[in-house]
Amino acid sequence: MRTPVFIVASLIVAAVVYGLARLAGNDYVFFAGYVILQFVVLATAWNILGGYCGYVNFGSAAFFALGAYTTVALVKLPNLAAKYLPEGLASVIAAAVPPPIPVLMLAGGVIAGLVGLGTGYLTLRLRGVFFAIATLALAVVLQTLIVNWDYVGGSRGAYVIRPQVHALTGINYVEYLFVMMLLLSVTALTVARAIERSQLGYGFATIRDDELAAEASGVPTLRLKLVATTISGALMGMAGAPFPYYIGYLEPASAFGLAYAVNSIAMPMIGGTTSWVGPLLGALLLGTLQQIATVTISSAVSLLLVGLLLVAFVVIAPNGLLGLFDKLRQRIGAARASGGNARTGAA
Amino acid sequence: MSAPLLRVENVGKRFGGFIALEGINLDVANGERLGLIGPNGSGKSTLVNCLCGTLRNEIGRVSFEGRALDGLPAHQRTRLGMARSFQLPRPFTSLSVAENLRVPLLYTVKARSGITHAGADLDARCHDLLALVGLESKATKRPRDLTQVEMRKLELARAMASDPKLLIADEAMAGLSQSEVNDIVALLIRMNERGVTIVLIEHIMSAVMSFSQRLVVLVSGRKIADGKPDDVIRDAEVERAYLGQ
Repeated sequence: MRTPVFIVASLIVAAVVYGLARLAGNDYVFFAGYVILQFVVLATAWNILGGYCGYVNFGSAAFFALGAYTTVALVKLPNLAAKYLPEGLASVIAAAVPPPIPVLMLAGGVIAGLVGLGTGYLTLRLRGVFFAIATLALAVVLQTLIVNWDYVGGSRGAYVIRPQVHALTGINYVEYLFVMMLLLSVTALTVARAIERSQLGYGFATIRDDELAAEASGVPTLRLKLVATTISGALMGMAGAPFPYYIGYLEPASAFGLAYAVNSIAMPMIGGTTSWVGPLLGALLLGTLQQIATVTISSAVSLLLVGLLLVAFVVIAPNGLLGLFDKLRQRIGAARASGGNARTGAA
Repeated sequence: MSAPLLRVENVGKRFGGFIALEGINLDVANGERLGLIGPNGSGKSTLVNCLCGTLRNEIGRVSFEGRALDGLPAHQRTRLGMARSFQLPRPFTSLSVAENLRVPLLYTVKARSGITHAGADLDARCHDLLALVGLESKATKRPRDLTQVEMRKLELARAMASDPKLLIADEAMAGLSQSEVNDIVALLIRMNERGVTIVLIEHIMSAVMSFSQRLVVLVSGRKIADGKPDDVIRDAEVERAYLGQ
């Protein structure tokens, strides 16, 4: 399927998903659905670096939080402008703020992408566990900076008032956020799928398989890894940008939460890391289970569920659901072939 | 006399206090078949790694077609026309045999020529290379499904896919039977006949002798002999290095 056809097909699926959510007639569907879609984006973004290139990033929460705090910084811009800028300029800024969610997503994506590029430049000479530790350190450093940055609320956190309805469309604001995240999911999946089938995808696969051989084959490994960290970071930042509007009150502990780092890794691992379908499957499965567990048991249990499933998959299906399907398909094929041979022999 | 394709001038490499290479001087002419031998630990692989950009030589200078290579990363050296195969095959395990060849075609030939190859053109080139090494029937297989000799052939085909002027084959025959060794030697000669200069690093003397037009011997990081194969193996210092005093 060519990329434009894929985009159209994805948009149709997204429209169906939105239609079904509306049919449910319950706002909670949009609340829960937003979180699941957010994880679709995070898992897909993580997989671009972790799955395609084989570089495990433990700092997903940092990129997500960067997107969220970019929104907070922009929303609070009028206060800063009123304090330091001439009145005319301050009123212009006040009129333009808060910018619409797509603009906030773009801003979050640019900031997180730039930080991804910088992080990549500093850490990509590291490999394996050393790279993973460096990304974890990035999350800790960024969280410390945010905690001590008073303008975005510091350790106290910051309130972002969510409007009741979206002015332009007149729909409930959470429903609007759900639609935005749905469109971002389509974007992230399209980007991941396009990469997978391109020259870039081949390059990423060679980095995952053998970096030395990749260099010997003419693949500029360092440049490609920087591209991967930038795209991955940017998508994570975009996923984080609407979060302050969703949650209403953003504090470092929630933005840099363990759940983002763990889920970003667990979802592609459970779904399968070699294709864009894996993170989607993993996020839909784990995200839905977590939402059900949160409502029926407790939110703490939902993270336990992720841990248990991850352990189970590592033992039973190390290549995730996609690997499991492949194995099943091969077995069925082999069984059919041996059945056919037996019939031929009997005849 | 025309300028050499590869010129190595006074190259030296240390690992801490250990001198791996010392004062290596070597010219490789265009179209030549050069054998490079030496006992284990003599510095052959270190020299290959310095030539290909995997390691940096602290001392000396390497130039290719008159252009200094010092400081250039490995992928840029490959794009200039210097390819290598590895001592232990390092295939891209998640890609098929044909896709393994597609990578250098995409990243080297395309980058060098600036031409966007159509899919059909790339497929034709892959097919040509697979035919050269006799792996056409394995095009869609994964490297894990190949035998040892097929893996070696894939390694050489992938190096050839970058359309090199110089191919450095690092122990391309290690662990193979005599008939398989003959097969690989014949393949390397066919590659040379296509205009590729080949440097063969090898321990199997029958292969080196039948392949090489010139032989270089390294011992303890130093070059001790350089000349016609028949003359070199009769050299007293080479005999001492291989057979002892």
